[in-house]
Order: sequence, then structure tokens, then C-alpha cells
Amino acid sequence: MSGANRIAGAGRLTPAKKVRFSFDGEIYTALEGDTLASALLANGVHLMGRSFKYHRPRGVLGAGAEEPNALMGIERDASRQQPNVRATVQEVFEGMTAVSQNRWPSLAFDVGSVNNLLSPIFAAGFYYKTFMWPKIAWEKLYEPIIRGAAGLGVAPASADTDHYSSRYLHADVLIVGGGVSGLSAALAAAKTGASVILCDEQAQMGGALSYESGVSVDGVSGFDWASNAAAQLAALDNVRVLTRTTAFGYYAQNFVGLVERVTDHLADPRADMPRERLWQVRARQVILATGSIERHMVFANNDRPGIMLSSAARIYLNQYGVAVGTKVGVYTANDSAYETAFDLKRAGVSVEAIVDCRDNPGEGLLSTAADLGIQVLTGHSVVDTKGARRVSSMIVERNGGGARQTFAVDALIMSAGWTPSVHLYSQSRGKVVWDDGTQRFLPGECPQDCASVGACNGTDALQASIDEAIAAGVQAAVDCGKKPASTVITGEGAGDWTGGMAGSAAGAGADTTVKAFVDFQNDVTAKDIRLAVREGMHSIEHVKRFTTNGMASDQGKTSNIHGLAIAAEALNREIPQVGLTTFRAPYTPVTFGSIVNHGRGGLFDPARKTPFHDWEERHGAVFEDVGQWKRAWYYPRVGEDMHAAVNRECRTVRESAGLFDASTLGKIEVVGPDAAQFLDLMYTNGWSKLKPGRCKYGIMLREDGFIYDDGVVARIAEDRFHVTTTTGGAPRVLHHMEDYLQTEFPHLNVWLTSSSEQWAVIAVQGPKAREIIAPLVEGIDLSSEAMPHMSAREGRICGVPTRLFRVSFTGEAGYEINVPANYGPAVWDAVWAQAEPLGACVYGTETMHVLRAEKGFIIVGQDTDGTVTPHDAGLGWAIAKSKPDYVGIRGLMRPDLMADGRKQLIGLKTKDPNTVLEEGAQIVADPNQPVPMTMLGHVTSSYWSQNCGRSIAMALLVDGRAKMGQTFYVPMPDHTIEVEVSSTVFFDEKGERVNG
Amino acid sequence: MAKATMAAATGPLDGQVAGSALVSIKPMEPASRLAIRARPDAIASLSKVLGVKLPQAPKTSAQSTAAKSRQRVALWLGPDEWLVIDDGNADLMGICAKAKGLYSAVDVSHRNTSVLVSGKGAEATISAGCPQNLSLDVFPVGACARTLLGKTEVVLYRVEEDVFRVECWRSFSTYVFAFLAEAGQSPMI
Repeated sequence: MSGANRIAGAGRLTPAKKVRFSFDGEIYTALEGDTLASALLANGVHLMGRSFKYHRPRGVLGAGAEEPNALMGIERDASRQQPNVRATVQEVFEGMTAVSQNRWPSLAFDVGSVNNLLSPIFAAGFYYKTFMWPKIAWEKLYEPIIRGAAGLGVAPASADTDHYSSRYLHADVLIVGGGVSGLSAALAAAKTGASVILCDEQAQMGGALSYESGVSVDGVSGFDWASNAAAQLAALDNVRVLTRTTAFGYYAQNFVGLVERVTDHLADPRADMPRERLWQVRARQVILATGSIERHMVFANNDRPGIMLSSAARIYLNQYGVAVGTKVGVYTANDSAYETAFDLKRAGVSVEAIVDCRDNPGEGLLSTAADLGIQVLTGHSVVDTKGARRVSSMIVERNGGGARQTFAVDALIMSAGWTPSVHLYSQSRGKVVWDDGTQRFLPGECPQDCASVGACNGTDALQASIDEAIAAGVQAAVDCGKKPASTVITGEGAGDWTGGMAGSAAGAGADTTVKAFVDFQNDVTAKDIRLAVREGMHSIEHVKRFTTNGMASDQGKTSNIHGLAIAAEALNREIPQVGLTTFRAPYTPVTFGSIVNHGRGGLFDPARKTPFHDWEERHGAVFEDVGQWKRAWYYPRVGEDMHAAVNRECRTVRESAGLFDASTLGKIEVVGPDAAQFLDLMYTNGWSKLKPGRCKYGIMLREDGFIYDDGVVARIAEDRFHVTTTTGGAPRVLHHMEDYLQTEFPHLNVWLTSSSEQWAVIAVQGPKAREIIAPLVEGIDLSSEAMPHMSAREGRICGVPTRLFRVSFTGEAGYEINVPANYGPAVWDAVWAQAEPLGACVYGTETMHVLRAEKGFIIVGQDTDGTVTPHDAGLGWAIAKSKPDYVGIRGLMRPDLMADGRKQLIGLKTKDPNTVLEEGAQIVADPNQPVPMTMLGHVTSSYWSQNCGRSIAMALLVDGRAKMGQTFYVPMPDHTIEVEVSSTVFFDEKGERVNG
Repeated sequence: MAKATMAAATGPLDGQVAGSALVSIKPMEPASRLAIRARPDAIASLSKVLGVKLPQAPKTSAQSTAAKSRQRVALWLGPDEWLVIDDGNADLMGICAKAKGLYSAVDVSHRNTSVLVSGKGAEATISAGCPQNLSLDVFPVGACARTLLGKTEVVLYRVEEDVFRVECWRSFSTYVFAFLAEAGQSPMI
């Protein structure tokens, strides 16, 4: 037997299909298809958790997504553990381990339950009031303690070994909810040929048909009809049926997020199956058929294990064959609870009494109750309950007072009516409207291409729901351009339920000590909401935040309306005047895994590698991240640390030569008869006179006159330039140029194409550069006379086409060999084969930085910071004086940019040549002045220069160029460094080496 | 100075292969490619010299029908922008130079690389990371688009019902390949 409370012949599970699982170390038997909640109830386990704040014993409240109490940790293995799983949603699989939460040392005996006794000091707003003083204690004392005590469940300690999948999907019609309405809409829409997605969070389609025992549709039992309809739909090519799939978010333009739980119910999922799949759906039409959720009654001690929603008890009975008790009490303000009581009674369960706070229940219910021999107390309320770890009795009193009767019960089911699930409608930016007649919020106008049908739209009667759904399904298809097709579905046997109440029942009392729970998950009681109103919270938004009502992960699915009604009553206003809080995504909690899906590990972000990467890796390069690029930083040899490697590389380049991977530089091919004119407008320099075959260093400004990017530009032909940008600037410089071309200079006949990755670039720098490449090059005269510094030639190297530039970012004579990228590795091998015997080295970005600093060449973004003009950077020479216009020309004329006293880029030499300054360090004139000191500038670049035999630095300093040779100070935490202002050129001051 | 041999070409995905029972994912052979931008007056002339009519409708492509350029396809990327691919490695820059009118042609043969995704699960595999509607009625055979795959830009071209060419920049190709390989493990058709 799979649990003592399993009723033979009841439910839809197969008795022979048993699975075993553990809960808090005990082994239990369940049936295949059980949820963890139904399996525990079958085994007589009602105590499933401890409440969040008071640590009160809690059982299961519901049987579906709304569950606030029965949250558990589910473990598959050490790395696959998930806290806060709703036991009502988790299907049991063979070998599953479940553990209760928020208790120590055990669920039955929880030390934290002392909070329940101390509850008078834990009233609503307690945190805001109690921990105000002293201020320092918040950080050191209060917050750590509260954080330790707060929260449910335990996060897994190791990385998740599951994988998660993602899928974009488009459809004509998305239908959310697979109850009778959703299925009807899907059948109707599918018949027109429209593409349809039907999703439901449950393991099977059917919704309320899974427990509404009296309903038949098209002549068969409701659930059988639903199963057939789902199978029929799944077989159609134009329909995708997704079970175990929650629509959690409804975004702009009918973009709906679904998460499908693919393997959570499987004992042994295949390794290639994702645990969850995120479906990002764009639907032309959306139909919401999300049903409604039953509310509990708000009365004293309504949270003991064994007290649950009547619909939940009915699901446990009719779907899982589980009786929630042997002596069941019923407390209701609504007819639906009677149906549960009747089903239980017919299944042989004793129903002690139906307590109805109304005087007049719906038609026919009293006579059916009488026929079944169930006592009904109308005009009565349950005013209290007893029981330690499970309800043991309910105490009943006639409304308005009188003698109390006690009924011994081991389960108490309740219904205060039904709340339409308008969550997704609200997320779609829809405004709910209060329906006075039925006392509930219903969808108003749809701001998107969407319709609500059935219970979530306030349509209660079965046939009316079906007809509304069919009409919506056809209309949605017609709106997608399909021809209407007729669908007829006939349903009968559903009860016509009346009644319902919002707010606290008689038993909740005005008493300030009564705990009548409104929000089970956050332990909010009716008196807390009244207190919030008394303390001045008059908006529901304030009441919500003060009490935390509806702010738990269940988002108040059972509590919002009660909380609102209690607040309205205390404020003496109508419910719509107090307002409803807006629903936000997600509808139910969504795992990080499903949101991140493929984007983790190697797929977290693209790692861009140059064509030479493999070679660099084989030769011991240490890489640094530059944006998404992996760049070779330095190449340590055995026994070398970074400094030793960089010193060697720096020395070798200047003594013989070095090879450097410059492939990451941005490259833009600027083509068209107006190309030079366009570059004249984009750069400060002049380009029209640059001859084909020549290169020039260019500075690009923003409109405000500050340096935006720089790089060498080669003129390949009259109408073709090869522009280079900084590595990090490549995409934004192209966008910047494209933006101006399209908006400011559309009359120019010129086009921009990114060619960054077309070319693999080998920089060969140093006195032996020409000797290295000469044997490999054909068709180009490499002599300095024929190909001087700053020239570009097209020819061949190693038999493949090259754009060969004679340029230098080191101050040495050098070349940059551009070859089509796929030839890069082979050409690099050939160049290295020439270079190595000549004593050359390969060098990385660190050496590149040092060598350029020795020559005072700036790096945009390091020596400039978006507030530096060309004049500030000592690059005034790069501004063409005669040009009438270029981007930034007017910005540069602003008085502040022309005034004295701007910070200028200069060199700094420490008095002690062995001291290397810290980049970012501040510069002052007088180190003995009081703090805060007058800061005159800061260090932008600083290195040890092996070639200079001393430290070198560049800095931005107020009026720096007028202060050559003067002494300044760089204060550090424990000492002060004395520095002298110098030229930014530290090596080969005459600049003769580039011509070598 | 004459050179004995030409440097060998190395693709970024050489030797890689991935897929499952439902989808095959493999790098394509090198091809020549041209990024073309053109004023309207140059379109006819460019079409003529290239032997393929540059398409003018969004998301469409044109396959050359001429015998000597039969491995050539022109993809519409924007109102004045095309990507021409020649799997026969023809000298597209040389061919293009004969065209008249205002245009820009840039050799991007090595900037891009492509991955061929084929099989019943091809559409589902790409749909793991591409927000476009790839159903046959919206993205038929011959359709193309510059779009996203995961976190990268790609040019997607439907060669056949179950065959897609995914073009991406060279340095993004390892990401694109790995993404497709993971998504292709269990595509949900």
C-alpha cells in the first residue's frame, strides 16, 4: 500500500506503479504521478514545514502553484539541490530526497518556534521600528543576525551540474492554461489551421476537470475529454502542447516567457536532456485561460497542518486517491466546499460538519448534505482550532455569539471563494476592474492582442466558459488571417457555485492577540494589516510593504484579496478605492538556470581569439582580457616572472626585433570617391593631400572636442582608405562614423565596412625588422628610400596578398604585415622562422605599452579619459589649421578648452630612478599641506623601463608643459615620492630610429 | 624573389564537428566573400558582372544561375547592402572592379567564416539562440537575415528546408560553434 490514506478505487494513479522517496530521512512509498504533497498526505504526513517568521508548524494549504506553506528542498545529488520547491508541484520520482526547511534541529521540534511565543514583539513593521538605534549596530549586529535567521531553504554549495536550454518560438495563438477553457480555445483555433501553442503548468491537461467529479464534456467524463483533447491537439502539425510549462511573464508585444520543467519528474533523466527549457514566445494573439485560485478562510489559528483549501482536498481525493483525513471539518463561505465534502463522504470519509458562515447556501446543497447525512451549520463560524502538529479540533460558534461547540477533526477544509488569476493579464499592462456584483477583480480592456476566457475572466458557468473560449479561439485565428471554422463542445454537470467572501471571518476577531493568517508564507495576520492602517498606511502599496503581505514568493495568490478587504474595512472604504497592487513577473519562481540557460561556462560570453592564438598559447603566452579579446600579455620563459619577461622583451625589440600580434586593432575600410572628404570631417587631421601608399596618424574627436579615438590610416587608393582604430574602440568608432555619415553627411559617396577580422596583423618592430621580412616579401621594394616610415604597399608575402605598412608604435623601424586572416598562422610561422635566428623575440601587450610609453605615444582611454583635448595631450600638431570643419571643431573653441590652467600630458621622472609610480596616483606641489590637499593632476601611465634604466611615467598636470624640470610630489599612504616634470619622450628623443 | 609555396590557409574551426541524431553541425570550406554597398545606379551593373541579380527585397537572396558562377549567392542585408558569397573561391574583387556606378566592394572572405547546420533539428537548434521566426512560411528556403545567435551577430541563410548557413565573424566562430553544438544536443522539434 502506498500510504494508509490512499482510498482504493479513488483517483487516477495506478496502484501497481510504486516509487520510493525520502522525506527528512524517512523512506516513504508513493505512486507514479504523485506530487510530493499527495504522497506525504497519503502517508499521513501533514507537517511539511515551518513558517517563515514564527516557525509555526505548517501543512499543505493547496494542491497547485499557489502553495505558500509546503516549501521543501529537493535533492538529486550533491550538486543538484533546490530549495523552496513547492511540494504540490514537485512530482515524486524513484529515489528522490526531500527535506523540510526553516527548522532546527528537526521539523517536529524547532527551536525557532520560540518566535511564536515572542510574537507580540514581532508585530508588523517590527524591523523598521526596533533596529533604528544605535545606527552602528545595524551593520555590525542587527543585519548579520537578521540575515542569518531570515530566508527559507539552503542554497546549494556546489555548481549546478544540470544544463538548461533555450528556445525562441513564434505562433499565431498562444493559449495559457489547459483547463476546459484553454482546451476549447485551442481546439477552435487549431481547426482554422492557425499555429497554436497550448501550455499548462500541470503534468496533464485538464485544469479543474481533474477534480470536478460531476462534469462531463461531449458525453464523457471531463478529465477523459481533456486527455483526449490534449492528445488530439498534440497530434496536429500546427499545434504544440507543452505540459509542466509555466507562463511566468507577459511582456511587450505579446512576448511571453514560458519555462518547461523537462526532467524534474524523472528518476534517471538522459544526460542530453536539459533540466528546464526556457521558451521565449512571440505570439500574434494570446488567450489567457488561467482559471482561478480558491481563497482560504481567515480565522484564528487557521494555519495548523491539516487545514487546507477545499479544492486541494478534492484534488487529492479525485486525482491522487488520497483522503486528507478521516474526520474532516468544513468551513466555508462558498458552495464549492460542499462539493468536496460530498465527494469525501461518498468516498467513505467522515465529514464531521459543514460550517457555513452564510445563512443561505446555494440551492440544493442542504438537501444533498442531508441525503448524505452531513451536518450543516449555517450562520456559524469556526472561531478557533486546536492541535499541535496537526489540527485536532475546530471550535464553532453561532454568528453573533452563543455557546461554542467543539468538533474533533483531523483535517479542516475551507473555502472563501475564488480569485480569478489575472496575474498575466496584469503583467500585460492590463488594468483590472472591480466587479461589484461578484466582489472580485476581473480583466478590463486588453492593452495587447490578448483575450481572457473562462474562470480567469469571471465566467463561471461551464458552457459559458466553453463558448467564450471557442469564440476567442476562432477570433484569434481570424485576426491572424485564418478563415473561421466552427467548433461545438458541450459540457454539463458543473455546480453553479454561489457565495464567497473577502477579508476576515468572525473568528479573526478584533482581538490583537489572535493569529488569523492572511498570508501564510510571510506570516501576516489580519491584525497586522489593521495595525498597518492604524499606523498610517492608507495605500495598499504601503500596507503591503509595511506588513509584507503578498510579498513572498507566492506573490499573495491566496492572500492579496483578503489583505485588501481587511485594509478596506479598517479604512472604512470600498475595496476598489483602496486598489490592488500590480502583478509582476514571474508568476511563480523561475530558476536562474533557465534564465541563463546556455549562457554559462564557455558560452557566458564569446572569447575572441586572433588567428595567432594557438601559436601564442604553445609558446607560453600569458593572456589578458581586452574587451572580449584574449591578447598575449607577455611570454615568460622558464624562471622568468612578468617583470623579467617584459624587461627582456623590451630590450630585445630595441636591440634586434620583436614580433607582436596586432590583429585585434579595429579596421574600417572607407571606400568611395568622397572617402578623403569624409575622413577630413571625422578626423582633426587633413587627408585630401595624403597620397595613395602613404599613412598618417589620425585623431578623432567627439562633438565636444575631446579625444575619442586614434589610429594610423593608410590610403590604399584614391577612393580607398584602410583605417585602424584602438582594439576596444573598433565597434563604437564604426558606429560613430556611420552615424555621422547617415545623419550629417548623407550627401557623401562613401561607405564603411568593418574589416577588423579580414586581416591578421603581425607587427615586426626593431632594427632587424627589414632583414626578417625581406626574404618573404615579393613585389615590394623595402628600402627606406622606396618605402619610408609611414608608407603602405600592396604585394605578396609567403605567396599570399599583403597590405604591408611601414609604421611604428615602438619608435623602432618596423612593419605591420596585414594578411588575409586564414593565412595568418602560416605567415607568422614563416616570419618567426626568419626572426628567431636573428635573436628576435615575440612580445605581448605589456611590452607594447612600455615601448610606446618610452616614446611618449598615448593610449586613448589610458592617458586620456574623455576630458582631454589634442592640445592637452600635446597633439596640437595633429589638428589641421586650414580645415573649415570637422567633428569637434566647435567644441574645441569653447573658452574652457582654450583657457590656461588645463591639465596637460607631461612626463614624470622619479628622483629615485628605481621607484615606479602607481598609475592613478595624485600629484601635489606641497606634500606638507593639510589634507585634503590641492591635487594638480594624476599619473596616467607608469612603468619600469629597462631600456632607460629607470622608471618612466606620463601624467596629466595643470599647466604641465610650462613646468618642465620642476619638482612635484606624489603622496602615498605611507610615504611621499618626489618627481620631476619632463618631456613625454624618454627614449631616442630625436626620433631617428624609426628611419633605420 | 620567387617563393616555392604559398602559405597554407587555416580556418578557425578546422577539424571540428558536432551534432546529434537530429542535426549535423560542421564548419564550411573557405569561400570568397564581398561586402557590397551601392547606390541604385550601380545595382544593374554589379548584378551583371557578378552573374547574380542583387536582390532588392528584405530577407531575400539570389542564387546565380550561370554555369561559371553557380556557387555564388547574393544575400540582401540592407537597403543598399549585400553579402556575396562564392563557394568556388572566385576572385570577386577582380570581377567586381568592372562594374559601373557608385559602389563600395570590400573583400571579407577571411573576416567571415560559416557553419553549416543541417538535419531535421536544424531549425530548432538555431532557434535556441535566434529570436527570428524561422518557420518555413516566414523564413522560406533562400531567406536570409543579419540577426543574433545567442550573444553574437550572425548572417543566417536558409539553403534548404533543413539546411542553414550561419555566417559569423572569425573570432566569434568558436562561440557560435559551441553554442550550436550545445543547442544541437537535444533540439526540440
